[in-house]
Amino acid sequence: MNALSKLILHRLALGALTLWIVSFLIFAGVQFLPGDAATEILGQSATPETVAAFRKSLGLDLPFYLRYLEWLRAILHGNFGTALASGKDITEIIGPRLLNTSILAACAAVISVPLALCGGIVAALYRNTFIDRAINAVTLTWISFPEFFVAYILILILAVNTGVFPSLSQVDANMSLLDRASAIALPALTLAVVVMAHMMRMTRTSIVTLLGNQYIETARLKGVPEWRILVKHALPNALAPIANVVVLNLAYLITGVVVVEVVFVYPGLGQLIVDSVQKRDIPVVQACSLIFAATYVLLNLTADVLAIAVNPRLMHPK
Amino acid sequence: MASKVVDFNVHRDAPANEKEIRVMQPGPLLDIRNLRIEATVYPPGERPKNITLVDDVSVTLMRGQVLGLIGESGAGKSTIGLASMGYGRGGIRITGGEVILNNRNILQSGKMGLRKLRGREVCYVAQSAAAAFNPSHRLMDQVVEAALLHGTATRSEAERRAIGLFKKLGLPNPEDIGKRFPHQVSGGQLQRAMTAMALCSEPDLIVFDEPTTALDVTTQIDVLAAIREAIRDTGVAALYITHDFPVVAQVADEIMVLRHGKLVERGTTQQIIEQPREPYTRAYVSVRHIDQEQKAFHGPPVLTIDGVTAGYGNGVIKVLRDVSLDLHPGQTLAVVGESGSGKSTLARVVAGLLPPLAGRIQLDGHGLSPGLHGRSKEDLRQIQMIYQMADVAMNPRQTVATIIGRPLEFYFGMRGVDRDRRVAELLEKTELGQNLANRYPSELSGGQKQRVCIARALAARPKVIICDEVTSALDPLVAQGILKLLLSLQSDENTAYLFITHDLATVKSIADGIVVMYRGQIVRQGPKKQVLTPPFDSYTDLLLSSIPQMEVGWLDQAIKTRRMESGGN
Amino acid sequence: MTMTMLLPQGALRSGARKLTSAPLSVKIGIAIIILYLLMALLGPVLSPYGEAEIVGAPFEPWSDRFWLGTDSLGRDMCTRLVFGARNTIGIALMTTLLAFSLGALTGLVAATFGGWTDQLLSRLVDVLMSIPQLIFALLLLSVFGTSISTLVIVIAVLDSTRVFRLTRAVAINVAVLDYVEAARVRGEGPLWIMGREILPNIAPTLIAEFGLRFCFVFLLISGLSFLGLGIQPPTADWGSMVRDSATLITYGDITPLFPAGAIALLSVAINLVVDWFLQWASGLKGD
Repeated sequence: MNALSKLILHRLALGALTLWIVSFLIFAGVQFLPGDAATEILGQSATPETVAAFRKSLGLDLPFYLRYLEWLRAILHGNFGTALASGKDITEIIGPRLLNTSILAACAAVISVPLALCGGIVAALYRNTFIDRAINAVTLTWISFPEFFVAYILILILAVNTGVFPSLSQVDANMSLLDRASAIALPALTLAVVVMAHMMRMTRTSIVTLLGNQYIETARLKGVPEWRILVKHALPNALAPIANVVVLNLAYLITGVVVVEVVFVYPGLGQLIVDSVQKRDIPVVQACSLIFAATYVLLNLTADVLAIAVNPRLMHPK
Repeated sequence: MASKVVDFNVHRDAPANEKEIRVMQPGPLLDIRNLRIEATVYPPGERPKNITLVDDVSVTLMRGQVLGLIGESGAGKSTIGLASMGYGRGGIRITGGEVILNNRNILQSGKMGLRKLRGREVCYVAQSAAAAFNPSHRLMDQVVEAALLHGTATRSEAERRAIGLFKKLGLPNPEDIGKRFPHQVSGGQLQRAMTAMALCSEPDLIVFDEPTTALDVTTQIDVLAAIREAIRDTGVAALYITHDFPVVAQVADEIMVLRHGKLVERGTTQQIIEQPREPYTRAYVSVRHIDQEQKAFHGPPVLTIDGVTAGYGNGVIKVLRDVSLDLHPGQTLAVVGESGSGKSTLARVVAGLLPPLAGRIQLDGHGLSPGLHGRSKEDLRQIQMIYQMADVAMNPRQTVATIIGRPLEFYFGMRGVDRDRRVAELLEKTELGQNLANRYPSELSGGQKQRVCIARALAARPKVIICDEVTSALDPLVAQGILKLLLSLQSDENTAYLFITHDLATVKSIADGIVVMYRGQIVRQGPKKQVLTPPFDSYTDLLLSSIPQMEVGWLDQAIKTRRMESGGN
Repeated sequence: MTMTMLLPQGALRSGARKLTSAPLSVKIGIAIIILYLLMALLGPVLSPYGEAEIVGAPFEPWSDRFWLGTDSLGRDMCTRLVFGARNTIGIALMTTLLAFSLGALTGLVAATFGGWTDQLLSRLVDVLMSIPQLIFALLLLSVFGTSISTLVIVIAVLDSTRVFRLTRAVAINVAVLDYVEAARVRGEGPLWIMGREILPNIAPTLIAEFGLRFCFVFLLISGLSFLGLGIQPPTADWGSMVRDSATLITYGDITPLFPAGAIALLSVAINLVVDWFLQWASGLKGD
């Protein structure tokens, strides 16, 4: 087996280990509930019967490791248990919401990734010129804005004042594609704006570092035109850092999506987790956290594996 | 800017005939007239200021001629080399003069014009080929790129030419080496490949910017010979930039000596090295001619290393194998070797930074603990260290007084006036002057920095000082000053030096004893005269025969008489 | 104060000189930060009403009495905006300080000692960082409940992981330099090495990072408050003020943009100053 696949396998194993630790953390977190979990959640006024039933439903009468293994086994079978508040099956609640959130995140990514990469590359190529400074000023401002500030400004301009898009993003399964697109336009745009600023700045930094390499000077001294230097000499080496930047920022979408869904009342996972935290519906919070965290771990894993895979030193060992 | 406009328009309109026209043209190939180059520097907390890097320098170079540009750092030699391609690094600006190449002023060629001549009429060979090759592309693609780009050859022609050049430059497997990636070949091979890259588009001029400086001495000689052969066979003209006189003496027809951006003198190689006119050149040429009398040593050694084996990763990688040596009070013992010989590891072991896997170290007759933590303050005081890079050996946030004063405080509990007096004494002793006490390292020159490090080591009044490549990062004349200082301090204090170096010329001039290391083992040791007298073992022979000598024609002799091939080229 | 300790006189002096020659945007940034600090300190004196005092009808429009109208309970928006400065900035600052003390100290220890100490701390941080910060915070807040002290501790612990990573990374870069090795060979103890050799050389990076971390924490806490999970009523806080008055925006009333803009403006100001400081600090390194 060559060094490349060995490294990738090693990284994958590490990713699996991380996932397992994450699941453990999320499960164990609940055990820190001060006092008796059931009373704490149900409140002091709960009758002993309800408390007992609740304890049983949480499996609190079993030893810790058994409960964990049972929980893990159920999850691996796609069974997240039942929600405390509504008594519904969590997998059923999560299913459509996960789809909605994925669509929203995908739209935001499709808008932001190409724009951010282009912006970052342009800023790097024209560094220390007016264009670069303008991009720097704009992105610096953007990254300073809380998501909801961007969201409300967009609502004010595009929904309230001009009425192009609706200010609330209610979607359901029976909507036409066009309606759906119009409904998620504003949240997707908000997310894109927020993520784009970060991505653009990071792209610029990594391209500037790259252009400082001596082999770029070698190419210049061969009389290679600037565009060809960028395409032939810089970009092949930029794959790893750029993949890293993109993935890191997609991971950032996870955080952004929570706030944005709440602003636009979009029926996704983010809103679900916030509602459940307010209701202290712990099984749902656990399930959502697990999904978010797993996505995050997988994204980071992808970045690592990509970086390994495009490294010429590993691709062509001695 | 330039006053005369040269009639390059004529040639630009007739690219098909350009090569012929160029060949037929009389006059110099390169004619740099009154070049002036400036840069803006931004010292922190001060207003940006303009500095002059090159001041009124003129260079003429005939077709097929090799001109050596020599000077210490800051002489402006690389800047001039790049200016001949119309290129300036960073914020460098050409503010005066003309660069006339093939009878036209390239400074007025515009971006397009410059791009057309770079890689076609002039090519560049960098000091670090490892950094100059793009890690993502195969060697062949990079070697032929310029020729294809400028349309001087088809791909198959260019590749055939490249293979021929690989062969000529002595690269192994010339047919296949082009398929490799840069990280798959050694440093010496990359340097050869870079020369092939420059020659591949059949330019009129190649700028060699310290092409062998980063290589080990035994590799340097082969690469140097290969480069010289290639220059001779192809008849290309070259600007050969270096700081090393013996090296330039082997390749250049003429030499220009530069200092602080100004021309010192120009002459034929023979004249410059044998009868330099200017005092600066004379000092430069005669550098390293310190004739230190070899001392004899009797009595007990101050430091004994006995059967030391050391390595990293729990002994998986052994860097030192069974090394034993004695160091006497007042002795300078030089440990010589190339990269990977384990000489620096030996320094780390003695200093206690790397506990050995086996063997003992004794100081003044008592055993030293292998690691730092087991050593008493007294033991630590007795062994001090001076580093190669004085820049990073001093905390940039401490003043000179703090740097030198700390050992006084730490080992002797000196404070206040006592301490300040002793710091002043040490500054005087290292020829620095007391007014430097409140400066920060960044405000000192390279030589001054190394002197502060010496003062810091002396402050502890040690019996042994480990000098780890202390002069390698310095310019030759500055290095010589440091060596002289070390020797005079030694005669005052009777300190023993464990002098780690790769530079045999230095060793020859200052050592009392020599230890030659090769791949973690000692291959030869003894008093200087004995080590440097034949018969030699084959490695010592290779090492000694590889040191460039300050005489024309040395290279041919050396290549002819060598017994062992160097390994890592 | 910390700056005087950590940076040598020269750097401080040149820093002050540099400040006068800083671009206009940086000067504006500094002015804004000072303004916010004044508002936070003098809030109770400046504001016409009490923090949670109900002084009018819900959602009253802008008027001479209520410059920015009233909120959903009839409290003066303007008053709460001023009090919000004190609460939001105060809590964020406290959290950042806590996160920084924890992260910088452990990072420095990990870099100086290396070996298993470093391994242990780094792996712990890896685990804590394998879950997105906001999600982790939500999880912990749902378990521990939402009080200000839990909020501060949870965010501080989670954020200290970032500080740890950065501190460790820059400290390791310094710890391998010859002057630190020289100090070890001299026999110096870990306190000297951390405090005198490493810390002064990473101080500029840490100071800049403090600004960035503060921004991040400030935005995170505001975000949580906006979600109704951060600072709880009746404490005036910009994030929850946006949440409470958000519906107004659909009627074209821009009042909710004021607390949101207050957050954004401070964050922009800090970022402007930090961005400039980072450039200046990297210039320091290159001298």
